[in-house]
Amino acid sequence: MFRTLFDRDTWQEIFGSIQKNKIRTLITVIGVLWGIFIYVTLSGASKGINNGFERQFEEVAINSLFVWAQSTSIPYDGFRTGRSMQLKLDNQGYLMQRVPQLQYVAPRIARGVFGGNGSSVKRAGKSGVYAIYGDFPILVKIASKDIFDGGRFINQADIDNQRKVCVIGERTQTELFEKDEDPVGNYIQIDDMYFQVIGVHKFSGGGGFENDSDIFIPFTTFKKLYNTGDNVDWFALAAYDSADVVAVEKDIKAALRVKHRVHPDDERAFGSFNLGEIFNKVKGFSNGMYILSLVVGIATILAGVIGIGNILLISVRERTKELGIRRALGATPREVRMQIIIESVFLTLIAGIVGIILGAFVLAFLGYMFNDPQFPFVNPTVPIKFILGALGLMVGLGTLIGLIPAQRAVSIKPIDALREE
Amino acid sequence: MIEINELHKSYEIGHNSLHVLKGINFNVAAGEMVALMGSSGSGKSTLLNILGMLDNADSGSYILDNNPIKNLDETKAAIYRNKFLGFVFQSFNLISYKTALENVMLPLYYQKVALKERQERAKKFLEQVGLGPWATHHPNELSGGQKQRVAIARALVSEPKVLLADEPTGALDSKTSYELMEVLQNINDKGITLLIVTHEEDIAKMCKRIVHLKDGVIVEDKKVKQVRASSDVE
Repeated sequence: MFRTLFDRDTWQEIFGSIQKNKIRTLITVIGVLWGIFIYVTLSGASKGINNGFERQFEEVAINSLFVWAQSTSIPYDGFRTGRSMQLKLDNQGYLMQRVPQLQYVAPRIARGVFGGNGSSVKRAGKSGVYAIYGDFPILVKIASKDIFDGGRFINQADIDNQRKVCVIGERTQTELFEKDEDPVGNYIQIDDMYFQVIGVHKFSGGGGFENDSDIFIPFTTFKKLYNTGDNVDWFALAAYDSADVVAVEKDIKAALRVKHRVHPDDERAFGSFNLGEIFNKVKGFSNGMYILSLVVGIATILAGVIGIGNILLISVRERTKELGIRRALGATPREVRMQIIIESVFLTLIAGIVGIILGAFVLAFLGYMFNDPQFPFVNPTVPIKFILGALGLMVGLGTLIGLIPAQRAVSIKPIDALREE
Repeated sequence: MIEINELHKSYEIGHNSLHVLKGINFNVAAGEMVALMGSSGSGKSTLLNILGMLDNADSGSYILDNNPIKNLDETKAAIYRNKFLGFVFQSFNLISYKTALENVMLPLYYQKVALKERQERAKKFLEQVGLGPWATHHPNELSGGQKQRVAIARALVSEPKVLLADEPTGALDSKTSYELMEVLQNINDKGITLLIVTHEEDIAKMCKRIVHLKDGVIVEDKKVKQVRASSDVE
C-alpha cells in the first residue's frame, strides 16, 4: 500500500483523473472544505465565548456569593412578621465558625449604591457625587482590585487606625484631577472630610454593581464618618474551590437565621446572589455550546465526506469504461481500488487543509473584530489535537466512503466495463 | 502457447439463453499468426475476449503458456493480461484525457516500469506506427486510423507474448491497414503470437493460419501461405 501511496505514477494517474473534470472536483472539494470550515469556525468561536465568560469572571472568585439582610416573612420567637433585619460585624466571625466551607468573609457597607444618595466629593473647585464603600482588605481575596502602579488598596493598618485614606476610580481621577496630575498622595474631600488618595483602581467589567467612579475607604473610617456602628450592608463571601456553592449559600442563610432569631423556613429574611452558581451555569452553557459546535462541525464534515463518496460513485460510474480499459491493460483490482481510495482521501485532505486555513483566518478576524474587554469573546482557538482529530476523522471517513465506489469499480467484469458507453 | 478444450459460453438475454460458443477446441503454438474469421454472431469476438481473460467461459479448459486460466482470480488474470497479452480493440478504447503518448505508456505503468523508460518505450512504439509527431495529441485530435494506431502501439509497448486484435484494421483505409499489418507481421516475426479477428479476407491472408467460426463452432482451420503486407503496399 505504501509503495502505491508514495509512487509518483500513482499521483500522476490520480491528478489525471481529477483534472479530467475540474468543476466536479472543485464542487466536491467545497463540500468537505465547508464542513471543516464550519467545524473550525464554530468550535473556535464557541471557545472564544467560553474564554470571554471566563475573563468576565476573572475579577471575582468564581465560587463567591453575596448575602444581605431583608425583612422577615414568618413570625417567630415573639417577633412579628416584616421585621427588618440588619447584618452586624460580628456575623463575620460567626459565619466563619458555623460554615467551615467558607474561605473568606468580607463585610461591606456603602452609600449611593442601592438607590441611596452618594457622597459629595470635592477637590480644588471640582466636585461630584460618588458611591462610597467601606471595606476591609480581605475584599481583594474575593473580588480582586487592580490598582494602578504607585498605589495600593486599603490595608489592615488603615482599618486599625481608622485612617482617612481612599482608593478612587479611574473616572473619579479624570473628573477631580488634571490629566498630568498623580492623585496618589493628594487629598480629596468626602462629605467635607479630607481623605488622602492611596490608590486608583483600574475598572474592569465583569458585571456586578461597581463602576469606574467608586471610592473605597476603610470600613472603620466609614462607620465613624457616617455613624453606622457595627452595621454591615452585605457580606461578600468566597467558599473553598472544592465546596458546593449552592449548599454553602444555604448553610450561610441557615446560620444567619439562627443568629438573628429568624424562623428556619423564612427564605425572605436574607437575600443572596450566588455568583458561583451563575458562573457554573454560564460555564455549563458555554461548555454545552462548545460541545454542540463540535458535534455540528463533525456532522458537517461527515455530510461533506458523504458528498465526496457520492461524487466518486458518479465519477466511477462515468469512468466504468476507462476502468475497464485499465483492467484490460493489466490493472489489478487492488490497484483500481487503491486509486479510487487515494483519490477520495486526497480530495478530503486537501479540502480539509484548505478549510482549516480558511477557518483559522476567520477566527483571527473575529478575534481582531471583537477585541473589546467588555465583549465576552476572547482568543477564539481550536486545540491542535481537535484539528488533528478532525483530519484523522476525515482520512478515516474518506477511506471508508472511497471503499464503496472502489468496490463498485472492481465488481464489474472488465468485458462489461469495456462495453459500457 | 494457447490450448483450448471444449470451451462453452452462453449469455443470458432476458429469459433466453444464447449459446455463443459450443465446444471450441484449438491450439495455437508460440509464434503463430492466426486470423479468426466468421460472420457476425459467430462467436469470434467472444472467443477472443475469453482468450484475453476479459470474460470467463462457462465450461471447458483454457491453458495459456502452461497456466490453466480457469483457476486464476481477477488479480492474477490482470497480472497475466499485463504480462502476456496485448489488446487492440475495434473501438480503440483510448483514455480520452490522456495524450497519445500517455495512453501508450499506461500498460507499462501497471508493469511498474520507471517513468523515463515508459516515455522512451512509448515514444519508440508510437514512432513504429508512424505517430511520433502526434505524441502530445489527445485522442479527440486524431483520426480514426490514428487512434487505432495508438491502440496498436499501446498493445505492443508491453511486448506481449500474445497480441489479441479485434478487427484492428476495421477503421483504417486499405493502405494504412497494410502498413499496420506489416507492423504486426514484423512483431510476429519477433516471436509474438498474434490472434486477429477480422472480416477481411485480404487481412486474413496476411496471417499464417485462418480459423473459421460459424454458430459457435470451428468449421474450418487451415494453414495458409502468408502474404507479406509489404508486397501489397507496393
